[in-house]
Amino acid sequence: MIGFVVKRFVNYFILTAIATLLAYVLASLSLNPAQRYLGRNPQPSPEVVTSILNGLGVNPDIPVLERLWIWLSNLVTHGSLGITVDNQQVTDVIFARAGVSLRLLIIGSIIGAVLGVVFGVWGAVKQYRVSDQLVSYASFTVGATPTFVIGVVLMILATGLNGLTGHQLINFSGEYTAGLQGNFLVLFGDRINHLILPTITLSLTAAAGYSRYQRSAMLDVLSADYIRTARSKGMSRNSALVKHGVRIALIPMSTYFAYSFALLLTGATVVELVFSWHGMGEYLVHSVQQNDINGVAGSVMFASILVLIAGTLSEVVYAALDPRVRV
Amino acid sequence: MSMVEDAQVLPVTPKAQKRTNRPTSRGRLIFAKLARTPRFWVGTLTLLVIVLWALFGLAFYAYNATSQDVMSMNTAPTGNHWFGTDEIGGDIYAQTVVGLRKSLLIGFVVGPVSALLAGFIGALAGYLGGVWDRVIVWFIDLLLVLPALYILIMLYPLIKGGSWVIVMVYLAIFSWMILARVIRAQTSSLRDRDFVKAARFMGVKTSTIIRRHIIPNVSSLLIIDATLGVGAAILTETTLSYFGFGVQPPDVSLGTLLSSGTGAATTRPWLFIFPAAILVITVLATSLAGDALRDAVDPTSGANRD
Amino acid sequence: MTEPLTITGKRAPAVTPVLEVDNLSVTFGRGANEVKAVRGVSYHVNPGEFLGIVGESGSGKSVSSMAVMGLLPSSARIRGSVRFQGRSLLECSDAELSGIRGKDISMIFQDPLSALTPVYTVGHQIAEGLLLHDKKLSRQGAAARAVELLKLVGIPSPERRAEAFPHEFSGGMRQRAMIAIAIANDPQLIIADEPTTALDVTIQAQILEVMQEAKEITGAAVVLITHDLGVVAGNADRIAVMYAGRLVETGGVDEVFHAPAMPYTIGLLRSMPSMASSQSRLVPLEGRPPSLAALPPGCPFAPRCPLVIDACREAEPALSGTEEHPTHQAACIRSSEITSGKLTRSEVFPRPAPVLEGAPAGTDGREVLSLKGLVRHFPLLKGAVFKRQIGTVRAVDGVSFELGSGQTLGLVGESGCGKSTTIMEILELAKPQQGQIRVNGVDVADLSKRDRLKMRRDIQVVFQDPMASIDPRLPVHDVIAEPLTVHGVSKKDQQRKVAEMMELVGLDPEMASRYPHEFSGGQRQRIGIARALVTDPKILVLDEPVSALDVSIQAGVINLLKDLQLQLGLSYVFVAHDLAVVHHIADHVAVMYLGRIVEYGTSDDVFSRPRHPYTQALISAVPIPDPALERTRVRVLLDGDLPSPTDDIPGCNFRSRCPLYQLLPEEQRLRCRDEDPSLRTVDDTSVACHYAEHDALIDTVAKR
Repeated sequence: MIGFVVKRFVNYFILTAIATLLAYVLASLSLNPAQRYLGRNPQPSPEVVTSILNGLGVNPDIPVLERLWIWLSNLVTHGSLGITVDNQQVTDVIFARAGVSLRLLIIGSIIGAVLGVVFGVWGAVKQYRVSDQLVSYASFTVGATPTFVIGVVLMILATGLNGLTGHQLINFSGEYTAGLQGNFLVLFGDRINHLILPTITLSLTAAAGYSRYQRSAMLDVLSADYIRTARSKGMSRNSALVKHGVRIALIPMSTYFAYSFALLLTGATVVELVFSWHGMGEYLVHSVQQNDINGVAGSVMFASILVLIAGTLSEVVYAALDPRVRV
Repeated sequence: MSMVEDAQVLPVTPKAQKRTNRPTSRGRLIFAKLARTPRFWVGTLTLLVIVLWALFGLAFYAYNATSQDVMSMNTAPTGNHWFGTDEIGGDIYAQTVVGLRKSLLIGFVVGPVSALLAGFIGALAGYLGGVWDRVIVWFIDLLLVLPALYILIMLYPLIKGGSWVIVMVYLAIFSWMILARVIRAQTSSLRDRDFVKAARFMGVKTSTIIRRHIIPNVSSLLIIDATLGVGAAILTETTLSYFGFGVQPPDVSLGTLLSSGTGAATTRPWLFIFPAAILVITVLATSLAGDALRDAVDPTSGANRD
Repeated sequence: MTEPLTITGKRAPAVTPVLEVDNLSVTFGRGANEVKAVRGVSYHVNPGEFLGIVGESGSGKSVSSMAVMGLLPSSARIRGSVRFQGRSLLECSDAELSGIRGKDISMIFQDPLSALTPVYTVGHQIAEGLLLHDKKLSRQGAAARAVELLKLVGIPSPERRAEAFPHEFSGGMRQRAMIAIAIANDPQLIIADEPTTALDVTIQAQILEVMQEAKEITGAAVVLITHDLGVVAGNADRIAVMYAGRLVETGGVDEVFHAPAMPYTIGLLRSMPSMASSQSRLVPLEGRPPSLAALPPGCPFAPRCPLVIDACREAEPALSGTEEHPTHQAACIRSSEITSGKLTRSEVFPRPAPVLEGAPAGTDGREVLSLKGLVRHFPLLKGAVFKRQIGTVRAVDGVSFELGSGQTLGLVGESGCGKSTTIMEILELAKPQQGQIRVNGVDVADLSKRDRLKMRRDIQVVFQDPMASIDPRLPVHDVIAEPLTVHGVSKKDQQRKVAEMMELVGLDPEMASRYPHEFSGGQRQRIGIARALVTDPKILVLDEPVSALDVSIQAGVINLLKDLQLQLGLSYVFVAHDLAVVHHIADHVAVMYLGRIVEYGTSDDVFSRPRHPYTQALISAVPIPDPALERTRVRVLLDGDLPSPTDDIPGCNFRSRCPLYQLLPEEQRLRCRDEDPSLRTVDDTSVACHYAEHDALIDTVAKR
């Protein structure tokens, strides 16, 4: 089992490393860091701009591969991802923002996965009954709705609710109320309150995809011979489905989790933007808008590491669930 | 032929079979199954209505997407302005129809194009096998590491100021990977099927085998995913445009429309709700039709064994 | 043992049956899609009795037993009554049934690969069944009992094997584990649904032995469901034959086999190729079972019945016995004529005369295909990042044979013996890894690309599974014409040729525009044969051409193949695991074991006087559809499974399973261990065994 996981990890590591490097090259080619200084008043002299760009390590006159090499050796020797256009260490920015994204991603993916599995299994077991149809149509509808629309609709609903009750029941702007005073519990409660809508948004999107997939995986299992064997041993239908069915229907889900992680990242980015959270997704977008190559490379690397972790995790789960791959 | 009179010959033409002269092809069977699936009718009819509406929705309407009715700004839906107006008196209904056109156009081009791309690359990898297969799959995996949205956002400076056609091209380039993997798996399993082996032993050329046996057998998958791809492309396009990385003004798509409607969404919901609803209905229709198609093609589906 | 313990269902039974099924019917779907899978089936099983239920695919035999177990999907509508020890099972809730299932009634399924949950250990799955019904049992106690059970069903080193997962078991071992699960709680009744169908004959023989043992240990009654009359002949006390969802004949095993009263049973028995006779034509059972969706009134067998009269089409006859034999019942209005001897079995289903007598047309017996020392090894790779070779799979390891024109060579052996790889190597028409392949006297290694293409006209293939070997998306005309497209035949000639071929194989040429899914399995195999013949080949390679077909359909296809050979002077390489079929069709037989031929000779020699212990075991494992013969027969049972072809076994590679080796004195064994036997001639057959002259095996087994 360890051999299998290590093999998959190495595979993922190479993939994500190359993807990050390619992203650096892509960003270097597509972004124009000099543009930031062109519209300034007073306009800085070309020499000043060049020296700034050199300082950032993004001077377009230096070949891309050479810049990549410098960026990479800085990363390896100093653990530095360069500095942002605002003169901050990219690593500092990442450390400041990572928690925000991780909180959203972890809570969102766990709730999404649990809901997805439960509804998927439910739909399969009750195939073509009313409850299955309801779950199906609901997941189709959520799947057909862009994440930002879900977010905005939830905001509209929350505003309505707040207006109806006359209290600020649900807060959804930012990740905490700026300037709020109080003890730890008050602050903690405030953060939780701000978490509600973004988490619902991300979980809903994730759950819709998972439940469709889990449903079809479970349907494959329902007609499997071993379920019949388990029942012929004297298991009731439900316990056979849970003990022997769900257990096996989860195996393809672990692979699907790795594949769908990119979608989850996309969703989280959208949620951050919609609810004005200062997370890593938002950072990527801002860096692109500010032509900040180091910022883009840093945030892409952060995403790559998450993909690497999620991929490896799903392989571990896969190997733990399926004895056939343990070597 | 003496064989025909022989006792062991099966009576292969019972009267029941003679009646129908036209062969029931697989396509006909699939359609018969589709016709019995309400989901398929809901999906396709809705889609048809939406397409017709996008084409002719402004034919008998007093305003167009650029008209500004200074007499009624920020009004909720009325008999005049069916979806209301924005703060400069722009008509939301007209803008929605125009935005819908662009979104549909992008969807209907990107879905099939990326399915074709996926079919070509996937079939190539699956049929060639060996080193080629591994190289192509590795490349696909590489493209799948980062969310396509990230790559598209990074490409934004190249889109900026450009036409929506560029958005369409980029969308097509970055949305074929998962389907390509599916097609590849399907192809390599087909390669080991007896009828492909038989063709090989007859001496049929590789290109003929791919054309005669492989492509028709993966085509249903391609059709399904071309359908589902329409919805997926519209979703990606609107998300990109919503954040300003997609279709650029003055071009209008549902995404840009929603983007400008968001700011006032909580106070003047019609600016947001109408285009959003149209968007959801459109994508939902494609995914219902695609899902029904998948059910009809998959011979094991629909069997309820418990 | 000869007189079964059965009592008529109508009179008061002296013994209370374990299971009484009365007028059971099962319907799926509604309206136009309604399928009556089981239509009023009644039978009983007495304590300790062995009932065999025989029927072809779609006869309702499995559905009826699933209905007994309450394991049918909820969409099935079940009527009638099922009484187990007086308790009505159909009225029980799922919870109540769960208390009975696995404890009082247990079941063994067909495919042991899919019937065990892949993610739990075998020991766990056995223990689970124990724990479900014995709340007082501890986990350790259950695990220990599971090991005992594994030992009981003959699994070596059961302690270690209990910790293994199903995928680490071979097919035979999985089925043993299934039996262990079934007998875990000492049930009153074991229902086995085609328990040996997916297995090789040698393994089938082992499993049937284990089932008999299990029956003796638990004292349970057994219901064995099968399509193979041979499997029940030696084991069952009573037989029930099903057709189109109904019982059509039931009675003691001897009565049914020796004096069948229903034309369908007669047809089934006569259509089976037998190990005893070889050269005469088989008796085909024409037509196919009716669709259960829309049954016309009258006897469902009427369209295929040679004895059909007008009255048969009016009403469906009930199952009834006669005065002398109340327990032997048949559902046929003319059964009294059959039992009284007015109609003999050979009159009901006469053996068809061959189309042509004598030698095949245009054959002179000269060599058309020869293999010399053919070798095909596959490297076995392992490693995470860098693959390294850790072994070699010796799929084909030095195979030589010759095929004369107009002759048939049968290639037999267990699955995994390399017979399929051998023919795939021939069909590639490429230079083999080692050795030589000659077609029509030409070494295929020397062929130019053009000549190779030309040669493909002469050698064609028919595959096992007619579903898989025909592209479902092409109309039949295109399927059959495909080989012609390679050789630049004009469209008009293609059409003419396709029509000719369809007629030749017994298909209506008018159906050429139809799609494959509209044809039955037997018809599809005929399409496959027509496609192979369309280029007028000289050699046909037949890869298990009838093993996917029902018995009654098999006979027709085999007869067709024999007729075609006579008419067209074809040569066949016939690969099969069914020895009776090979015996019937082949002139020469090559028995393969682990990539090598261990015995080679004329069909008559090999089957009547097998010299290699492996051949002896193979032949003795084939069940014979004759209860009297089966009961007196001695079997040469093989131990264990086919070893992995990667194993490097020094000396004779059959040694590990050889029954003769066990009987040899130590000094003679030495030779088996050290010296790899090569083929040598013993009484006209070639045998790869040092002690082929030894009759010790046959003698000792007979004395046992």
